[in-house]
Amino acid sequence: MSDTLAPRRAAARRRGRTRLEIAVLSAPAVLVFLAFVIFPVVLAAYYGFYRWKGYGDPTDWVGLNNYRLILTDPAFHDVLWHNGLILVLSLVLQGPLAIGLALLLNRRIRGRSAIRVLVFVPYIISEVIVGTGWSLMLQSDGAVNGLLRAIGLGSLEADWISDPDLALWTLMAVITWKYLGFAVILMLAGLQSIPDEIFEAAQIDGASYWQIQRRITLPLLGPTIRIWAFLSIIGSLQLFDLVYIIWGQYVSGTAGTSTMAIYMLAQGRNAGNYGYGSAVAVVMFVISLVVALIYQRFVLRRDLRGAVTEGTV
Amino acid sequence: MSATTTLSRKPKGRDGGPVTYFVALLFVGVCVAPVLYIVLGGFRTNAHITTDPAALPDPWVTVNYLGVLKSSVFWGEFANSLIVALASTAGIVALGLMVSFVIARYDFRFKGAMYSLFAAGLMFPMVIAITPLYLVIKDLGLVDNLLGVIVPQIAFGLPTTVIILVPFLRAIPNEIEEAAALDGMSRLGFFFRMVVPLSLPGVVTVGILAFVGSWNNYLLPLYVLNSQANFTLPLGVQVFSSQYSTDTAKVLAFTSLAMLPALVFFSVFEKRIVGGLTGAVKG
Repeated sequence: MSDTLAPRRAAARRRGRTRLEIAVLSAPAVLVFLAFVIFPVVLAAYYGFYRWKGYGDPTDWVGLNNYRLILTDPAFHDVLWHNGLILVLSLVLQGPLAIGLALLLNRRIRGRSAIRVLVFVPYIISEVIVGTGWSLMLQSDGAVNGLLRAIGLGSLEADWISDPDLALWTLMAVITWKYLGFAVILMLAGLQSIPDEIFEAAQIDGASYWQIQRRITLPLLGPTIRIWAFLSIIGSLQLFDLVYIIWGQYVSGTAGTSTMAIYMLAQGRNAGNYGYGSAVAVVMFVISLVVALIYQRFVLRRDLRGAVTEGTV
Repeated sequence: MSATTTLSRKPKGRDGGPVTYFVALLFVGVCVAPVLYIVLGGFRTNAHITTDPAALPDPWVTVNYLGVLKSSVFWGEFANSLIVALASTAGIVALGLMVSFVIARYDFRFKGAMYSLFAAGLMFPMVIAITPLYLVIKDLGLVDNLLGVIVPQIAFGLPTTVIILVPFLRAIPNEIEEAAALDGMSRLGFFFRMVVPLSLPGVVTVGILAFVGSWNNYLLPLYVLNSQANFTLPLGVQVFSSQYSTDTAKVLAFTSLAMLPALVFFSVFEKRIVGGLTGAVKG
């Protein structure tokens, strides 16, 4: 009797112990994650149905009224348009530039590693510092205009920050400056992962440099480009720090650079309308999610194989 | 380590000509010039900045930098940033390593769901959750408290950590675990004595990303911290630059000193940061 029971009991004990280990090791991370990431998002969906100043329990149920107000507010249409412009312009400006620079820097040149470090510096510096530095340089009596005067291009002097015709392009220039190095480093790493043999084979077959880049490098760089574009898109939809530091929540509206996140802060917390701010967060989330799912469905499918929507374990 | 070797491998393609060098130098110049402007601007006088905004320091003055270095405000904010960054990094690494170990090396029913939960977290950036997150922090009484920044940062740092560490931990050969078991080591003993040291390179990458992310974070401190005594450096830079908006040189000095730690940190761990990002994206 005991001969057959003992191993079974031992196995049961081991299973219990395994369960305990799983619980102890995973509980802290799962709980913190649920409490501070998932729960707030669920709360936002709940608060979004109330007119609520953030004190006590929300009681003034307004149904979909917050959402109706957001979607019909011309100011929200403006910020949505800005986010869309920033998204498209980021891809169009940074993508080709990053690929071109990466192809160039991938050649045999001296000081490659130093170059790689230096072009990454803008990415490492915080948005606040980048914003503070650029806003000083872009003042009408700042260094950018001073430099233009010094090299005889004084006629190009402009009010880079508050001129509504220019402000969005100024923002794009700062964004490109800050994130281009990151894109180049990603592309370089992508290029490095392409095996040398493919290039050697193509060269032996008589392919020219440009043929090789177009027919071999670009297609093989595809996964890297697609991942970079995904990161860029999500970043564009959530842009906040740079705009907030350089333009602030009031100027950014008139200069035409404010984003959904700025709108959320100004109309939500700063106006004391937590219900409304939560609804804006939900709208932002839905927009990001839809964009991400569409992108994942049609573009990233081959690369991620469902990492976002289903487990890959 | 493998990422480093891949990156430093012999470059392919043809040699760079003068055009390559010219474009490379131009690119580097554009990337570095604004940073140099901030650093050098701190050595200038306001009068000189006003008359000639784009010029080298003349005369060189150290009064701006010394003024910042002697201010208790700067060092207080520096200390806050350091505390928040170290605590967040420790939390992210500890919790992330534990849960990644479970996902990578245990078999149980909710394993796939657990991985998806964290992977989906990549879709919940802080900007989107910030309004209700602030309310949660408020309900916990953590407004204007460094913990109110640290704990959410740990939570939001977990998705990237799990995504990077799970493949890393799965790559540890089963033979090592079996050998450890034969030697009478328990699963937890295996975790502490084998997994933690073996996954050190991945842990360092994750730790660096967590530290730099925390050091540069602005949005969460902006919502959570109200009093200057609790400000982190990004908030400090913003407040200082609006307080001393007429004293440009001093603002530039404060700004350069605030970015210095991140730059030093980056130059020390440069290979790992660049390699880690590539690994994260390719993984």
